[in-house]
Amino acid sequence: MATVSARLGLRDMFMDGVRPVRELLPRLYLNGQTAEIDGADLKHKELNDLVREAAFKGARKIVLRNIYGQRYIGTRLYLPTRVEIEVHSHPGNDLGAFLNGHRITVYGNAQDGVGNTMDDGEIVVHGRAGDIVAMSMRGGKIFIRDNVGYRTAIHMKEYTGKVPVLVIGGTAQDFFGEYMAGGIVILLGLGLGEHERHRAHYIGTGMHGGVIYLRGRVEPYQLGKEVGVLDLDENDWQIVRWYVDEYAAHFGTDADRILAGKFQKLLPVSRRPYGKIYAY
Amino acid sequence: MYSYLLPEFTVVRREDRCIRCRVCERQCAEGVHHWDKGLDRMFSAEEKCVGCQRCVVFCPTGALYVRPHPSEYRPNYNWTRERFQDLKRQAETGGVILTGSGNDKPFRVYWDHLVLNASQVTNPSIDPLREPMELRTFLGRKPDTLELEVEDDRVSIKSEVHPNVVIETPIAFSAMSYGAISYQAFKSLAMAAKEFGTLFNTGEGGLPRDMRAEYGPHAIVQCASGRFGVDPEYLNCAAAVEIKIGQGAKPGIGGHLPGEKVSNSIARTRMIPEGTDALSPAPQHDIYSIEDLSMLIYALKEATNYEKPVSVKIAAVHNVAAIASGIVRAGADIVAIDGLRGGTGAAPKIIRDNVGIPIELALAAVDRRLREEGIRHKCSILVAGGFRCSADVLKAIALGADAVYIGSAALVAMGCTLCQKCYTGRCAWGICTQDPYLSKRINPEIASQRLVNLLRGWSHEIKEMLGGMGINAIESVRGNRDHLRGVGLEDWELEVLGVKGAGE
Repeated sequence: MATVSARLGLRDMFMDGVRPVRELLPRLYLNGQTAEIDGADLKHKELNDLVREAAFKGARKIVLRNIYGQRYIGTRLYLPTRVEIEVHSHPGNDLGAFLNGHRITVYGNAQDGVGNTMDDGEIVVHGRAGDIVAMSMRGGKIFIRDNVGYRTAIHMKEYTGKVPVLVIGGTAQDFFGEYMAGGIVILLGLGLGEHERHRAHYIGTGMHGGVIYLRGRVEPYQLGKEVGVLDLDENDWQIVRWYVDEYAAHFGTDADRILAGKFQKLLPVSRRPYGKIYAY
Repeated sequence: MYSYLLPEFTVVRREDRCIRCRVCERQCAEGVHHWDKGLDRMFSAEEKCVGCQRCVVFCPTGALYVRPHPSEYRPNYNWTRERFQDLKRQAETGGVILTGSGNDKPFRVYWDHLVLNASQVTNPSIDPLREPMELRTFLGRKPDTLELEVEDDRVSIKSEVHPNVVIETPIAFSAMSYGAISYQAFKSLAMAAKEFGTLFNTGEGGLPRDMRAEYGPHAIVQCASGRFGVDPEYLNCAAAVEIKIGQGAKPGIGGHLPGEKVSNSIARTRMIPEGTDALSPAPQHDIYSIEDLSMLIYALKEATNYEKPVSVKIAAVHNVAAIASGIVRAGADIVAIDGLRGGTGAAPKIIRDNVGIPIELALAAVDRRLREEGIRHKCSILVAGGFRCSADVLKAIALGADAVYIGSAALVAMGCTLCQKCYTGRCAWGICTQDPYLSKRINPEIASQRLVNLLRGWSHEIKEMLGGMGINAIESVRGNRDHLRGVGLEDWELEVLGVKGAGE
């Protein structure tokens, strides 16, 4: 069938040649509550089938080795139990998309869509991440050690005390915090030189909820017209200190050195940025 | 600023019939009617009237008429009354003109230029009252080949089969979100879908938690650009998941649910703070290409353990056939197409009336393209956009649709009169409003019965028409253009539709 499909230009990049999970079981090493999966040459569905299988067999910690670009790690775990996943080294797009409360640690770089529409849980990336990190995220925490790509934190949202948190060690590209409707985003700018400004333009454009804490230099022309800049008050410092401590604990850096930097708070000027453009 | 607008409607009250019961005053959501105590007379502020006919229906003595206002500008083919009014309104506000429901402009309605066939002599017609007639429809990807294994008297399917959803009639309710419509109207659709064995579509407003267990199995849940109300439970409780790319009434643009409509309960369902604008961005920001679409399709399949068909809804636009082909190749199990006349709760009028193509042409083009490429079986086609009666539905199926979404028709069944003021949030019929005084006018027990009656009536009519053709299963008429003929159409139109002219 695959040959016929290829001839007709119908190669299915996700499903062609996917092997049933029973054939792949030898790649799953289960030792009590810890499982290890060798991801070499596995398609994303095969890998996630095995992860699910491991969770069903009672694993609470799942270590994934030889991961090179497999997508949706953690997505298929709509289960009542919570697991911890360790990824070595480079997961593919949509890591932890729709994540249902699990914990994922990546020892390497992540690609686009980390925590896409994530519901709850925690993602820690010991490296950098690509575009749209935390897109439409509505709960849980994400820590990225280094830089992130474009449109990070786009349309993050919060409700009734469920507040997502995103902490980025490095800097971000354009449209950072676009359309943000809720949540806490902390951008630390650790890789920047002393007088170097952040690179992103259109920061917080269309933002109508949530808060961005930004460490380091940023010029007014880099900000979207929907955000205002404020100094941190005591409550803000408490929040920032809390999550910077957590960041420092994850990545073994010095929290005090980070906190000694200059922080600014970006808030939306209106909860209804486009309320006045219509004729009723 | 003094308004130069002419009233849209005039309210005529027959004083000899009016008994001053003040029903009209209570029913009107716009404050048109009012009673003067001293004079014991009813007066009308007709410039506020939107022509929804609520007062006329509820006047116990039949004393009221509401008609288009008789005053007219000097007749002018180019400068119509509507152009005048919109222009003046914009001069007064500087805003984008909003509207509701579907395109009302005189674009050709192709359904009215297509006629169905019936059997005479050479093929017996069938009487659906006494013979079995199959309307059951399966939505989802079908296998490339069907291999069976026969063991003694047991037959099992060897081919890999994909998840399909069964509906008892080829009609489902279009996406209408809780927020755009009232909870009562939303629940009525859900109840009717459950009772009749079809599907309703949550739109992108989420599905209230208390409805998930009971109505989830009858819901298509949407995952749209705003990702409102999307959590793992929402995706997993549903019959199918739909990625909304576009909508026929407003192709290419997003949506704004204004903050004043985001009440506590809507905020909880959409999972956003109360009183903030619910902004749906124009694109999905994780989809800039067919490959990205594929990524979201499989993200949703992963999130639902490959147990549910994934639909992709697009607006009918110029290259719809090529786009649909890409969608199928991206892994979608259902392609939903919404045409030029598709409805909306709020859209800029300039977009609603000028962007997109008629669903009839889009459907015919998509069906043909997918057949030519040998991938028609890989998806079901759901079409939407101003379906008014069962004949429209059957003609759509003959043009290649698997099933039809009805939105406006369902709202009309619940009381809507297409006054196009949905965006004001003051629907006197209790449909497109979050005002508890207005929304309680819809009793889900009764409104769902109206919807079930509609589905029953249409289904029966479809069976009658099928019987007349000598066909006893809706499957046999799907994409069967031999049963259609065009009347009064140009050659190019017949060509796109793939239909012969009448008499040929």
